[in-house]
Amino acid sequence: MKPRYSVFSLARNAMNYHKDWERAWRSPNPKTEYDAVIVGAGGHGLATAYYLAKNHKMTNIAVVEKGWLGGGNTGRNTTIIRSNYLQDPSIAIYELARSLYETLAQDLNYNVMFSPRGVVMLCQTQHEFRAFQRTAHANRLAGLDCRMITPSEVKDIVPIINDDPNCRYPILGAYYQPRGGTGRHDAVAWGYARGADSLGVDIIQNCEVTGITRDGGKVTGLETTRGTIRTKKIGVVTAGHVSTVMDMAGVRMPIESQCLQALVSEPIKPVIDCVVMANTVHGYMSQSDKGELVIGGGTDPYNNYSQRGSFPALEHTVTALVETFPIISRLRMLRMWGGIVDMTGDRSPIIGKTPVDGLFVNCGWGTGGFKAIPGSGWVFADTIANDRPHPIAEPFGLNRFAEGRFIDESVAAAVAH
Amino acid sequence: MLIVTCPVCGAKGDETDFHAAGQAHVRRPATHDPVNISDEEQRDYLFIRHNPKGLHFERWRCDRGCGKWFHAARDTMTMEFKAFYKITDLPPPEVMAEAKGSWAEYFASRTSMESKA
Repeated sequence: MKPRYSVFSLARNAMNYHKDWERAWRSPNPKTEYDAVIVGAGGHGLATAYYLAKNHKMTNIAVVEKGWLGGGNTGRNTTIIRSNYLQDPSIAIYELARSLYETLAQDLNYNVMFSPRGVVMLCQTQHEFRAFQRTAHANRLAGLDCRMITPSEVKDIVPIINDDPNCRYPILGAYYQPRGGTGRHDAVAWGYARGADSLGVDIIQNCEVTGITRDGGKVTGLETTRGTIRTKKIGVVTAGHVSTVMDMAGVRMPIESQCLQALVSEPIKPVIDCVVMANTVHGYMSQSDKGELVIGGGTDPYNNYSQRGSFPALEHTVTALVETFPIISRLRMLRMWGGIVDMTGDRSPIIGKTPVDGLFVNCGWGTGGFKAIPGSGWVFADTIANDRPHPIAEPFGLNRFAEGRFIDESVAAAVAH
Repeated sequence: MLIVTCPVCGAKGDETDFHAAGQAHVRRPATHDPVNISDEEQRDYLFIRHNPKGLHFERWRCDRGCGKWFHAARDTMTMEFKAFYKITDLPPPEVMAEAKGSWAEYFASRTSMESKA
């Protein structure tokens, strides 16, 4: 067990000029055999490993990662956490995740800076207003703490918003989840990595999977750039690269990989203390603790593995937000980046078993994976440990596409896809 | 910014003048054999997609030009267009030969089917 982080350890290390901090995780060489191997050390993969070790006592496991941990979409998102989806299966898994976020920092002994500052989802057309009312009713039946708010309440919560009733997309109201908010995305990956590592999980970075070996429809191991690893259970959690990894096992996926971009402005004084999503005009914004406005929008419309998006998509997002928040019109943007998101046809994730015995997959989180990390890891670990889908994961099986049981969030959740 | 050329009218413009419409060469099996179509075939038609890191084949539409649909071959890693060709055509042979993985399998089955016919 690692020494716990606390105010005392902070004081003690301050006395030593911070020269004696222990490493947060080891960098072990891969063993020749593990009970299970997770492919992909992003938030979802590390959370899966952590809960496998913690909840299911499977500690002889490894997480292999092509690059560095948390370097993919976990470090590229806009850190929004909410659970007000339309469909019951979605509500169950996203609310599990949101509720786990509330105590995650204590559980991991790592400050993930979960900030339940409230998520305001604007209604800017009559259609959107009614769609959110429908979601509000569904969420109320599921027991979520969410409500519709009026334009004047929106103005109270977000004073910088453009409340001109004669603008192209006036604010007609909003759907408000006060318990939603943001978190520190890197800290979530680092916290899970440190937690998993201290329970004995090997996190192997710079280790790219090049093949999945099988024998009679069963998984027998992995070929990697750091040697062969034998294992009977593989969990593939590689987001945008899930199709390329699953191809190695001969499983074709209902996934298209596209680029989703985000950007931050120069840091300014606090102007917005919640998350605002303007889905009709395709933009969402919050302010980081450093003062940067964190901005995201929709995906580029074509397949892309390059982690660089197109300029028109950014321009579209910024145009929308300048219209919604006129005061940001003269801000300069500091950085922009792209992440490769794995889009499914019904915009819901895929969690569960595959046609290959011992091969499990957790993917398809598309543009909204960060908020789901703790819940996704929780149910996927249970699925791998017990070789059957966790009840919350069951509706998200790969088989739903042949059975016609879609979990249609593509328009209903009003996420800017 | 992608620069696209329409193979029908020859218009050249950036990606906002065109409409990207997803994977090319998707065949609806129910059109050919509506009685014996399985759930899996229908799933493959609706949802399963070639998603290569590298050479990919797509449909585009000449939105602000002639309005016609056409095909494009593009690398999803370098973003470079390899070819533009008509909606009724298969890719140029030299580009088709570069296809890998599930795309190569698809073109092999497609050309063998057509040579039989």
